[in-house]
Amino acid sequence: MTAVLTHSPRQREAYDALGVVIDPELDEPITDLGFVRSVAVSGSDVEVHLRLPTSFCAPNFAYLMASDAKDVLVALPWSGRVVVELDDHHDSDIINRGLAADAGYRGTFRHEAEEDLDELRLTFQRKAHTAAIERCLTALLRADPELDVAAVGSVRLGDLPADEHAEALRRRRTTLGLPDSADALVLVDHEGRAPDDVPMALRRARSTRISIDGNAHFCRGLLGTRYPDEPTFVPLSDIKEHTS
Amino acid sequence: MYTKDGESYFIVDAHIALWDARPENQRNLHAKQFIDCFYDYHANLSPESEKWTYEEYLYQGGERLMKDLFEDGYVDHAIFQPAHLGEFYVNGFGQTEEAFALTQANPGKLTYNHNFDPRNGEQGLEQLHADAERFGLKGVKLYTAEWHGASRGYKLTDPWVYRYLEACGELGITNIHIHKGPTIRPLDRDAFDVADVDHVATDFTDLNFVVEHCGLPRLEDFCWIATQEPNVHGGLAVAMPFIHTRPRYFAQIIGELLYWIGEDRIQFSSDYALWTPRWLVEAFVDFQIPEDLSEYAPLTTDQKKKILGLNAAKMYDLEVPAELRLPDADETATGPRQPERADLASV
Repeated sequence: MTAVLTHSPRQREAYDALGVVIDPELDEPITDLGFVRSVAVSGSDVEVHLRLPTSFCAPNFAYLMASDAKDVLVALPWSGRVVVELDDHHDSDIINRGLAADAGYRGTFRHEAEEDLDELRLTFQRKAHTAAIERCLTALLRADPELDVAAVGSVRLGDLPADEHAEALRRRRTTLGLPDSADALVLVDHEGRAPDDVPMALRRARSTRISIDGNAHFCRGLLGTRYPDEPTFVPLSDIKEHTS
Repeated sequence: MYTKDGESYFIVDAHIALWDARPENQRNLHAKQFIDCFYDYHANLSPESEKWTYEEYLYQGGERLMKDLFEDGYVDHAIFQPAHLGEFYVNGFGQTEEAFALTQANPGKLTYNHNFDPRNGEQGLEQLHADAERFGLKGVKLYTAEWHGASRGYKLTDPWVYRYLEACGELGITNIHIHKGPTIRPLDRDAFDVADVDHVATDFTDLNFVVEHCGLPRLEDFCWIATQEPNVHGGLAVAMPFIHTRPRYFAQIIGELLYWIGEDRIQFSSDYALWTPRWLVEAFVDFQIPEDLSEYAPLTTDQKKKILGLNAAKMYDLEVPAELRLPDADETATGPRQPERADLASV
């Protein structure tokens, strides 16, 4: 646990930079998820190793996180040679070769890559927005048993309590290019359209949120089981759990 | 049969395996990665008292299986849903001969479902006919993320799958179990994506489609499809053990399934040998949705009875003692297929 104290400023900077790399499916930073296994800095050289909960985690998501990680490290003003490697994955060799050569997603996976990574990213940004809406509105409904489900369709950003759910929703809206104003409706799709059937839209949003939560439960649990007590940049035991 | 507080439950474990992941059966590193991944699921989600050693986990054998399910596990009937994984294991992962022999040796207790791979083309189609006759198949288990040569998976909408499903209809193989859930994922042919189930369920209304692991990482898509397709069912494999580690989360999964697809289309399973049925059955009978999750109604005893066995018994024409049977429920609030709703903004 004292390992954290011995990190050099550049190591710390590199680790902090990785905080903007998001697992698209879980909608959380890879640093919070414990996916950063090690960060080594020698002069301007940076070498980062990533790890995932299972050998069979989706290779497309794995590639996306690893290449995003490389991008943020390359963007550091002092960084020179940057190596990012994914450990213990069934496609580690392919992914690591692709990362080293900056081959891009299609260059890395060749015939297997059918979908564009940007589309994939967008799909999950929309899901994350949907889930964020549901967390805010369900919290309102749980707090006030008198509140009618159909009425949440007229809740506006300014009506939400200033808590972490509302903050997360604002972040997700910004990502999608939706306005951040207090009079903006909360229950809207990724293009800002309000649904005709409010209770049904909320039900669907709820099932999206539960899917995302479920994945997070699996991933955190399996990561801890797979790498018990491994010395790491931040001990797994310090990584916070979120609950809904 | 499990009895508690004067209520008796007919138990069908609708998803079990007899696997062999021992080193001598491993073809390559992926075989080890695969069973290690299973073991991590087991170790992470089981209560301490139910954890097996890694050695035990590699292979159980028929005797152990019979004890875990029928002596200790309250199970009345269990259904094999074997995964082949021929690219990983020399003699396959699911042990066909051993499981079928066990089924024959224990009449009335086990159903052997087999599998097919549409990428085997005509030859595989012939094999399906032979397998249907030999095993007396009522169902098959499909693993759409299975690797096959350079392919990392297929979709149910691929033309060859239609040929196989047509054959299933002719051969009386009415129950199509599809693995949609954790473990192997092909690249971006997203193996969790249940959209292909929507198509085949519409085109093959004489077949039942049981989505195993209820499409968990994509629960919302599964619920939406199942709402519209009356022949789509949800299997609880892998979702069940959350009852111990994350009971609040489990409550939400069950609450969603009951809301969207209703109590008649959800099937219990332990996913043996990932987990064992005894503790899961006990926990489920005792389970209740926490009061502060006010968006869900409490779980009724009848709902538990249907999920634990009556639903699968009905699908497989299993004989259930008369006093344990229950009538079907009304439609869910979301109702049967309503195409005009399918275009609703996906908020």
